[in-house]
Amino acid sequence: MTAVVKAFGDGMVVAKRNLIKIKRVPDLLVFSTLSPIMFVLLFAYVFGSSIQTPGVSYREFLMAGIFAQTVLFGATITGSGLAEDLQKGIVDRFRSLPMARSAVLVGRTTSDLVNNVLVILVMSATGLLVGWRIRSSVLEALAGFALLLLFAYAFSWVMAVIGLLVRSPEVFNNASFIAVFPLTFIANTFVPAENLATPLRVIAQWNPVSAVTQSARELFGNTNPNVPPPDAWPLQHPVVTTLGWVVLLLVVFVPLAVHRYKKAVSR
Amino acid sequence: MKDAIRAEGLVKRYGPVRALDGFDLTVPEGTVMGLLGPNGAGKTTSVRVFTTLLEPDAGHATVAGLDVVADARRLREMIGLSGQYAAVDEYLTGFENLDMVGRLYGLGAKAARRRATELLERFDLVEAANRPVKGYSGGMRRRLDLAGALVAQPPVLFLDEPTTGLDPRSRIGMWGVIAELVAAGSTLLLTTQYLEEADRLADQIAVIDHGRVIALGTADELKKQVGGERLVLTVGSAAELATARSVVAALASGELAVEEHTRTITAPVSGGAAVLVESLRRLDGEGVTVLDVGLRRPSLDDVFLSLTGHTAQDEAGTDEQPGAGRRPRDGHDEERGR
Repeated sequence: MTAVVKAFGDGMVVAKRNLIKIKRVPDLLVFSTLSPIMFVLLFAYVFGSSIQTPGVSYREFLMAGIFAQTVLFGATITGSGLAEDLQKGIVDRFRSLPMARSAVLVGRTTSDLVNNVLVILVMSATGLLVGWRIRSSVLEALAGFALLLLFAYAFSWVMAVIGLLVRSPEVFNNASFIAVFPLTFIANTFVPAENLATPLRVIAQWNPVSAVTQSARELFGNTNPNVPPPDAWPLQHPVVTTLGWVVLLLVVFVPLAVHRYKKAVSR
Repeated sequence: MKDAIRAEGLVKRYGPVRALDGFDLTVPEGTVMGLLGPNGAGKTTSVRVFTTLLEPDAGHATVAGLDVVADARRLREMIGLSGQYAAVDEYLTGFENLDMVGRLYGLGAKAARRRATELLERFDLVEAANRPVKGYSGGMRRRLDLAGALVAQPPVLFLDEPTTGLDPRSRIGMWGVIAELVAAGSTLLLTTQYLEEADRLADQIAVIDHGRVIALGTADELKKQVGGERLVLTVGSAAELATARSVVAALASGELAVEEHTRTITAPVSGGAAVLVESLRRLDGEGVTVLDVGLRRPSLDDVFLSLTGHTAQDEAGTDEQPGAGRRPRDGHDEERGR
């Protein structure tokens, strides 16, 4: 029990350290919110007019997708942050201290979660400005946001493993960019999955990003109840599917990340 | 007296390379051990094993009586580490850095804050305490990093090249700080490539090369081992170097060291001033211009040269040892030399 309390406490000390960085280098937060704002505006005004979304306006359809993409990109900070700490030798100091082995990872993923909350707040405001509306209850809407954040949190553990493997923030950023773009585009984020050609459609329907997007979309009330749901199981049960993915990612990647961290040596 | 640090037959491989290759060391409690060696000799690797950052492939080691593998967790409560790369968070202020380390050592919030304040005063960082480390000079960062190692007042301290890359003034400042620590009775293991630094700070010096200890003793003992005085002379032109070399070789009691770019020859001699005069007479006879000449006591540089065949400042890749340059980078790529 005391070990768990100590691990949590150590994690929070590290999280606080990471959050101080956001305060000292506000540009980081500014740019991690500017790019999704740019996406909202580009999709809403440039592509929006030529993408058909049955029974619902494109801007309402779009927001859940943009949220999903943004929180996943937010989760990549976990990997680049760890790679940077490794490169700068701070991990050596941490590893020589009598602190919990999980603390650096717990702290990192926690502070990146907080970062994502801030980003979501800014994006929601932008969405509301371009005509997005939540058409469900407050509770459902909160559940939608919670699910997005939970999924991103689980994903940040995947990023932690990769960040500890590549050890260079530059390499990590390039690698994560290549991975996260297809993951968030071959999905129902920006266009309905049903509009895609067969192989892509199947990938999109089973893509976990589609499930979390579909969950948020339904919980925000941005789907039309008169339009039949997509004919793929994960999208018909998006909340269960999302929670399943969250559990799976955490069960696999938390121990993997802790194992990598124990072996991690700078340079 | 108990031993604060013990290592027996440590081996650490990186692929085909043996960064540690039968490394033995004993450091009695309350003493200062200087690990002296060139880049890639295995100094940093040994510190990483002692501080539980790396597990050895063979052999075993204890620090404060605790095994580096089996008791790693408890061992970490007994040590402080300050690495050659100042491992401080540059976005945090000096105070925030030390406060964080205190919390992670398990000091309560109040105790961590009090300790941070104390250390900032002691290391002359009070004015900079509330500024982000990003704006600190190299010397200030090192002091803060060292302060981080002292937060929990651990009985055993590891300082890995504490002055590498510092300007001479900051280096002397660091020496003062370290000397104070030592006076307070901590056991200290210090790695350095500066012979002068080991001479000045360490009770015992272990000379490391190719992953093992090749000589051990006090600075005086090591100097005695090399014996005699050194004749140092500088000739007027590079063309005269060869002649001067053969003249001096005839009078020397051991192998010569010739530095081409400074046109300087160093030779071990026995016989003192008489040899000096004799060599000048012969050089004059050969028509060699001597710009500078003198006798000096052997330095640790000479110790290194006589033990390993290369000086501590030699590039690992340019010495004549078989397999030279096969060492891993071992984390030493900062500027060296003095």
